[in-house]
Amino acid sequence: MSIHARKFVSADPDKCVGCSVCEYICSFEKEKVFNPLKSRIRVVRLDTVVNMSIACRLCEDAPCVAACPRDALRQSEETGIIMVDEDKCNGCGWCIEACDYGAIMLHPDKKVVFVCDTCNGSPKCVEWCPEKALDFITKDVLAQKSRIAAVKKLFHEVLRT
Amino acid sequence: MFGYAGRILRVNLTTGKTTLEPLKEEMAKKYIGGIGLGIRLLIDNSRPGVDPLSPENPLILTTGPLSGTIAPTGGNGHAFVAKSPLTNGVGEAKSHGFFGAELKRAGYDAVIFEGRAEKPVYVWIDDDSVQIMDAKHLWGKSPQETEDVIREELGDYYIRVAAIGLAGEKLSRIACIINDKTRAAGRCGLGAVMGSKNLKAIAVRGTKDVPVAKPEEFLEFVKVLHERMKGPATVKYRTLGTPQNVLVHNSLGCLPTRNFTNAVFEGAEKVSGEYLNMRFVTKIIGCSSCAMRCEHIAVVPEGPYKGTMARVEYEPLWAFGPHCGVDRMDAIIKAIDLCNYYGMDSISAGNIVGFAMDCYEHGILTKDDTGGLDLRFGNAEAMVKVVEMMGRREGLGNILAEGVKRAAEIIGKGAEKFANHIKGLEMTGYDIRGLKTAAVGYAVSFRGADHNRHGAYALDIAGKVDRFKFEKGRSKLVIEIEDLYTIIDSLIVCKFSRGVYYKGFEDLAKYYTLVTGIEMTAEELRRTGERINNLARLYNIREGFTRKDDHLPIKVMTTPIPDETVSKGSYITQEELDFMLDDYYAHRGWTRDGVPTLEKLKELDLEDLAYIVKDKL
Repeated sequence: MSIHARKFVSADPDKCVGCSVCEYICSFEKEKVFNPLKSRIRVVRLDTVVNMSIACRLCEDAPCVAACPRDALRQSEETGIIMVDEDKCNGCGWCIEACDYGAIMLHPDKKVVFVCDTCNGSPKCVEWCPEKALDFITKDVLAQKSRIAAVKKLFHEVLRT
Repeated sequence: MFGYAGRILRVNLTTGKTTLEPLKEEMAKKYIGGIGLGIRLLIDNSRPGVDPLSPENPLILTTGPLSGTIAPTGGNGHAFVAKSPLTNGVGEAKSHGFFGAELKRAGYDAVIFEGRAEKPVYVWIDDDSVQIMDAKHLWGKSPQETEDVIREELGDYYIRVAAIGLAGEKLSRIACIINDKTRAAGRCGLGAVMGSKNLKAIAVRGTKDVPVAKPEEFLEFVKVLHERMKGPATVKYRTLGTPQNVLVHNSLGCLPTRNFTNAVFEGAEKVSGEYLNMRFVTKIIGCSSCAMRCEHIAVVPEGPYKGTMARVEYEPLWAFGPHCGVDRMDAIIKAIDLCNYYGMDSISAGNIVGFAMDCYEHGILTKDDTGGLDLRFGNAEAMVKVVEMMGRREGLGNILAEGVKRAAEIIGKGAEKFANHIKGLEMTGYDIRGLKTAAVGYAVSFRGADHNRHGAYALDIAGKVDRFKFEKGRSKLVIEIEDLYTIIDSLIVCKFSRGVYYKGFEDLAKYYTLVTGIEMTAEELRRTGERINNLARLYNIREGFTRKDDHLPIKVMTTPIPDETVSKGSYITQEELDFMLDDYYAHRGWTRDGVPTLEKLKELDLEDLAYIVKDKL
């Protein structure tokens, strides 16, 4: 599988309303509890119209892995998922600092870091999102979609004038 | 316990002491949570006859058994209950957003705020740690500014805040409590109760799990509800939103216009839901855990109020629009935004501006009183000014901030004829002169003039009954919805979701049992709804309410609808109202004075409150 086939959970900022359904279903799927603090995907609501959720973006050469001084993090060649060795992780937080998206977090009970594992390729949050704002998608397709949206917008404006 | 946290927090603001009490399963099942639990705690924690703005009036904050779970709309609610400074009876208001879920995760089913702090404070609930914090630097700030400052100074950006604005600080009787910046526990003036305690804000951070009794089955049911929420039952809320009512009410001749002078508004198109969505709505967002999303966020694109942003629902839109004869959407959005900023109930605020305009038109108020404002119906910019004056309690605004009933008494000169309220709470956007099923619901509503205690307007508007004539036995229909609505407000699911519980009490009972593990049948839950309605009635009776308080606004009972419309000539006579009340009381099992009998109390397992009615039977 080429690196471009790696799929991650992406939120469309135009559709996402920050409702937290993804947080609830994630914490339930992974830990059988309802608690957004145990969710691998997190909602950011800055004000009423600026809001969206964020999960691990499966960076290439993931900085969280590079930052770990204890070799507790590993990235799957195949899927790009970050895997945490819970025995090695001591919750020092270097990876949290290295992540630009706040997508890797310290678990409130276990005190080791945790991150989206895409539910083995069928993420529950995507399935449950009431707005269909979440996509499980590769970066290539994401770019394709952006291009289509841009062209549509361009023609929309042409039509208006 | 499942669903419930099993704990009630008591915060004494006078002494600074906080204590914990258990929530017993029996109490939980009997009163559910939300307003049911809140009203019970109010009765148990206050003496009769206390001044609502004195330290003796406790302010009770509750969550519901579903709060903090993925239950759509149920996951995010909270309620405030206290003696209302507007009605001197039950004051209750619910709100949604994110605050309620956070409070449940911190581990509380209810918080009782007692006494009065010596100086401005806010309460910081951080899971098990509860601290009373200095709020001197927050005094005078808006709820939105307050939230930002608290998050910044406590250093956690996921803290949820419920706060009062200037209106609450200055004890305006129409003050509300705002959470998550735009959501309001709006009605009954509970922001003034909070202000009277010198309590500026409640900040909450909760990190605990909320356990559910039967998680897999619960999730299956939630999935069903999600599907229903995307279907026809909620389509109105997801598309045009409640402002859709404007044109509907206008065509039926039940759109109160110019302070109930007319029931049809010539400017309706320009304040319609259609117009709002086409020109002003920029995004539709939703609360935590909800699958519907109803919040139509409107932004003013141009003109003097350019850039103003507010969530717009029918009621405030009606109150500042048709009710004031105003057909300018930009000014309406500005007025709503000011209500959020000062922390005022936008329904009551708009009602009061319309009242002041009516007084001005009739020469009861003059330019000397208004500070030079030409307060005629339709003057949009004067309307915005008056809202600002009310928020700051300046000039005429100082009197109007007392609520429409007291303002009319202060102004005198016959102003009470123009004050549209029931029990002291301002009327909402239904012209009940031609909605006679709704009229009885309004008259008996325990929190005063309100459509949300009974929802009986739906029967009139859908044409399921003859809305111009009330016949014997009609009250049964009103009671059925009332009992359902108290359950909705006690579980704290959103009223907009009411259509997705296809089997009514049966669906809601199932929901309750899946989350709490406490067995509950549909009939038990219906009876619980009836119990809570009787409980509220008992509180009001304890505070001195009688049949006379089940009244309607003077205009509704004296002035027939004048417009050339289907409802022309309709109004409600005293004789008709008496007929309605007799019918309603009879179906409730109450005496002709509206007092629950001892048999009824026994039936509802409320015998411990028999002392309230003993000398009234």
